[in-house]
Amino acid sequence: MVQNIIDVRNLSKSFDISSKEPGLKGTIKHFFRRQTKSLKVIKDISFKIKAGEIVGFLGANGAGKTTILKMLCGLIYPSEGSILVSGYLPFRRKENFLKNITLIMGQKQQLIWDLPPIESFYLNASIYDLDKFEAKKRIKKLSEMLEIDEELFIPVRKLSLGQRMKSELLAALIHEPNILFLDEPTLGLDINAQRNLRKFLQKYNRETNATICLTSHYMKDITSLCKRVICVHEGAISYDGKLDLLLKKLSPVKEISIVCRSEDDAIKLENSGFTVKNKIKNEITIKIENNSITSSLKTILNNFDIVDLFINEPPIDEIIGKVLIKKDYDI
Amino acid sequence: MKLRKYLKVYKKFLHTSLASELEYKTNILIDLITAILSLIGSIFLLSIFFQNNGYIGGWKFEQALIIQGIYTILNGITNTWFNPNLTEIVKHIREGTLDYVLLKPIDNQFFISLKKINPSGFLEIILGFFLLFFCIRINQINLNLSFLTLSLITISCSICILYSLWFFISTTTIWFVKTWNAIEVLRSFLYIGRFPLNSFSFSLRIFFSIFIPIAFITTIPSEVFLGLSQLWKILLEVVVASVFLITSRKFWLFALKFYSSASS
Repeated sequence: MVQNIIDVRNLSKSFDISSKEPGLKGTIKHFFRRQTKSLKVIKDISFKIKAGEIVGFLGANGAGKTTILKMLCGLIYPSEGSILVSGYLPFRRKENFLKNITLIMGQKQQLIWDLPPIESFYLNASIYDLDKFEAKKRIKKLSEMLEIDEELFIPVRKLSLGQRMKSELLAALIHEPNILFLDEPTLGLDINAQRNLRKFLQKYNRETNATICLTSHYMKDITSLCKRVICVHEGAISYDGKLDLLLKKLSPVKEISIVCRSEDDAIKLENSGFTVKNKIKNEITIKIENNSITSSLKTILNNFDIVDLFINEPPIDEIIGKVLIKKDYDI
Repeated sequence: MKLRKYLKVYKKFLHTSLASELEYKTNILIDLITAILSLIGSIFLLSIFFQNNGYIGGWKFEQALIIQGIYTILNGITNTWFNPNLTEIVKHIREGTLDYVLLKPIDNQFFISLKKINPSGFLEIILGFFLLFFCIRINQINLNLSFLTLSLITISCSICILYSLWFFISTTTIWFVKTWNAIEVLRSFLYIGRFPLNSFSFSLRIFFSIFIPIAFITTIPSEVFLGLSQLWKILLEVVVASVFLITSRKFWLFALKFYSSASS
């Protein structure tokens, strides 16, 4: 049985937030007498993650995804509840715990700006107590996986965003961590760079069985990497389960566009009891429930003269968009 | 084992920060020229103060030069290590890159205090030592083992006090986010360290001994050089330095509990 590597129970986090009224009067008032209030940003959440799982954290901006990630890696102290990551209390930041994890943030960098990435890699290697030979071996292996070569010797400031992100990944993985916390790792990358990064993460997970916790606003990252998602809405978990189940639940019907041989065939199909979305001459679009797709398609192909047929998958962004604004999903 | 690791990491710090700085040759050259001009300017200013009266606060010009020498060494250390690293703490906290520091399996205070160096500060340290050797000659100071030991102890204590003060102020960034001004005030107080403590009024002497211990930083090591120092003063400096160092460390660890990281 695969063991839970992350165990979160009744976790809450509150921050003191100060608010300011608009205008000069508000600014002066804010300067002399700051109004602060305690804001509960994470509300009593519990979940477990098994070793080797890739879990996507979904939520709107400010929902609390990054705060959860930062509590998991030990950067922020929880206000209530307990967290165990790999058997450690993260906020104690014990050396062995830190050697087991890594955090990659899409919008922050750890590479030394004026030097080639290779210098940062060797610096990290010395921090993680790796000898030169071992560091060299790991850099070679990871650079091959990430498909970077010459870029290792070019100053970071001269690299493209995609090349920089690959180098950031290499710097963050040189100690071969078994838990990866990724906060929007594909932010700002072009489509090819995004795809390469996803490919690399899949491969890394497959080869090392590393656990990956990921937040991203690019749905492609979530759909291609994560089987399981945890949806966060205003600091609480609104859904925790399989991604495909969530998608089926949120999008119970599929649209089928059918090109009939003649307009008469289209009219016959229109009157045969299917839910019709629209009809233009011999082209007709109908809606079919997910669980009866196969039988319905068999009926259509057997009884009507069909020239062409398309199954339109509903746009995933739209479906997930629904999740971000809803409080609860019972699947 | 741990010491070996830290030495290895520090060697890497030296290598990477030197390589980073050497990317900008002109900047280094300007810094070096500034260091030389700044020392010449300071000695010139000091000589003006001594022009009308041969003594200030009971110190001759040749003796006051020792304070200038120690100040130059400390300023060099400030520019080499404290300035590039401790001002960076504010940036780390404001931009949230402290996250990366905290997640490294190495002491985070060691990391943020020593990661960078500014090589042009080395010249100031060398110039300061030259000035001190010059002062040893003109003040006919006898170089012996106890003198060297006491000088080393007092100068090390001065470095510790200076570091702790700066680190303490930078740590408050965790709550106040912007503390540039406080660091600037500290730096301007340090200029006072170029003059003998006795040249100030009684109330200022108390202020610079108790509240901001600038007096300990330059005056006590200078007194050691001139053989004027009393043992209790040296012991007091050791105690003050230890208290400052330990307090700044404890304060940093305490402050980290309130670190909320920057939003993404």
